[in-house]
Amino acid sequence: MKAFGLIGLFALVLGALPLLTDSGVHINFAMMALYAGLMGMAWNILAGFGGQFSFGHSLFFGFGAYVQIIAQLSWGINPWFAILLAIAASAAVGAFVGALSFRYGLRGSYFALVTLAFAEVARILALSVDITGGGVGLMLPLQTSAANMQFESKLGFFYLILFMVVIALLLTQWLKNSRVGAYLQAVRDNEDAARAAGVNPFRVKLSGIVLSGAMMGATGAFYVQVFQYVDPAIAFGPQSSVEALVAAIVGGLGTVWGPLLGALVLHTLSDVTRNLFGSLPGINMVIYGSVLVLIVMFLPRGIAGIGVSVKELWARSRS
Amino acid sequence: MAPFMFDLSILIPSVLNGLTTGAIYALIALGLTLIYGVLHIINFAHGAALMLALYGVYLLHTKMGISPYWALPILIPGMFFLGYALQKIVINRSSHGRDENILLVTLGISIVMENLALLFFKSDTQTIETSLTLAVVEIGPAFISTPKIIAFGGALVSSLVLYLLIAKTDLGRAIRAVSKEKDGARLMGIDVDHVYAMTFGIGLAALGAAACFLLPAYYVNPQVGSGFVLIAFTIVVLGGMGSFPGALLGGLLIGVVESIGGLYLGESLGQIGIFLIFILVLLFRPHGFFGAKA
Repeated sequence: MKAFGLIGLFALVLGALPLLTDSGVHINFAMMALYAGLMGMAWNILAGFGGQFSFGHSLFFGFGAYVQIIAQLSWGINPWFAILLAIAASAAVGAFVGALSFRYGLRGSYFALVTLAFAEVARILALSVDITGGGVGLMLPLQTSAANMQFESKLGFFYLILFMVVIALLLTQWLKNSRVGAYLQAVRDNEDAARAAGVNPFRVKLSGIVLSGAMMGATGAFYVQVFQYVDPAIAFGPQSSVEALVAAIVGGLGTVWGPLLGALVLHTLSDVTRNLFGSLPGINMVIYGSVLVLIVMFLPRGIAGIGVSVKELWARSRS
Repeated sequence: MAPFMFDLSILIPSVLNGLTTGAIYALIALGLTLIYGVLHIINFAHGAALMLALYGVYLLHTKMGISPYWALPILIPGMFFLGYALQKIVINRSSHGRDENILLVTLGISIVMENLALLFFKSDTQTIETSLTLAVVEIGPAFISTPKIIAFGGALVSSLVLYLLIAKTDLGRAIRAVSKEKDGARLMGIDVDHVYAMTFGIGLAALGAAACFLLPAYYVNPQVGSGFVLIAFTIVVLGGMGSFPGALLGGLLIGVVESIGGLYLGESLGQIGIFLIFILVLLFRPHGFFGAKA
């Protein structure tokens, strides 16, 4: 219960943030950090709890984004309903990819490669079919109103992403202590032992990728509402896959708060560099890549791992 | 079926063009498969390293007037040292006993390389012009550009050199020993970490050679590697991870498939064909057609 209380406290504190600052820059920073954190949380479900490292999470991001925008443009569906479709669609894509790759026992590097290939196929398809607008992309017309999920100020989007993050936190916290979550972690730690203990690894990993894909799809839909534009490179390019993975790894895999922590650190870093050097193309990704290398080299358990090590040291020194 | 589909005057040039590209693919894949076979890691930074090598050739040509083929003796050792240092300083220290960590570190390296290139060279696509750029060679009904013919020959010769290096030299013997049984090799007095770094260096040196043959017939931009890396993975998986003949045949095959696929399906759908082959092979034949069962 304490864990859920912490999530409530987090929601209250961040919800009160606009009382402390009315600067658009601060609100925007918080919004983008939460957005990146949500991607990291999505990736963390599959990799941190399930041990399956995907290099192509942009597949789910892109499906979420395209369903969100096409539902509004072509089918005239309200965005608040469309986002549910977007989440469902990315969950279905997760089920498809998961069913194929886990049925044939792809693990480790092979799984990473196959997810990357799926994202790449989706990118090329999005370039060549009509419904996505091809390389030109799709634009969401500006119609500011809360009913349209287009808010007048960033504040509205901040509360929207905060709401989504809180749901994701609750889900992750629930997963961590649930039966499915325990199975998932058992499969991660030793698939053969888990199977011998009566766990069905295929079904367990499948639920992991469906949940993970659904969360990632939600961030794609959010992206479309905020930036009102999407094209195949944004949707299925490597950027979102990398952002999701780096946030989760930097923060700490398999923890509830790690991905948010990682996203916060990364966004602070990239903001500082932007202030120092101005906005150069690619500089953000240089930072992300370097941080990824350094963390894997020196802190393979992420920033959250430091806390764990300190705790372990403390416990050892007392025993 | 339209009659032109069987028109040899279209099909033959397409196959020949595919073979020339395929030879370059094979050379790139050989480096990748060598690294996989010995270190049992997937070098995700392979494409980005090729991109760096291409920029190296480009800079030597535009800033110092060195022709791409004369750049071979600079690029091959240069890429070798880069590979040796990367493995020894970064990759070797980051596995912590888990394959995923290597994958992540090489991914991180590739992100850094690609975006540094973006910082320095912008996203523009660059080509170079040499005295041979417009020259063509007539083969039957086909006219193939001379740089492509040279690339084909160069890639085959480099592959042969690589093969001889592994098959006939003491270094090659040490590399094969480490790939089969690293603890045994260590007991025999082989410095395993050194052999790992040498292997990684040789894998990247192959990219240096590939870049010199590739640039006169191709182009370079910061993203150019990501296309090659997936194709190289496809070839390596198709040919069997760690298999030399597999990589060579796989490379030529993929080159031809891409070329013919592009002819009949259009360029972008032709590429989808490659990724679908990749996914299908991963799902159904993850050990490829030449590789040993793991």
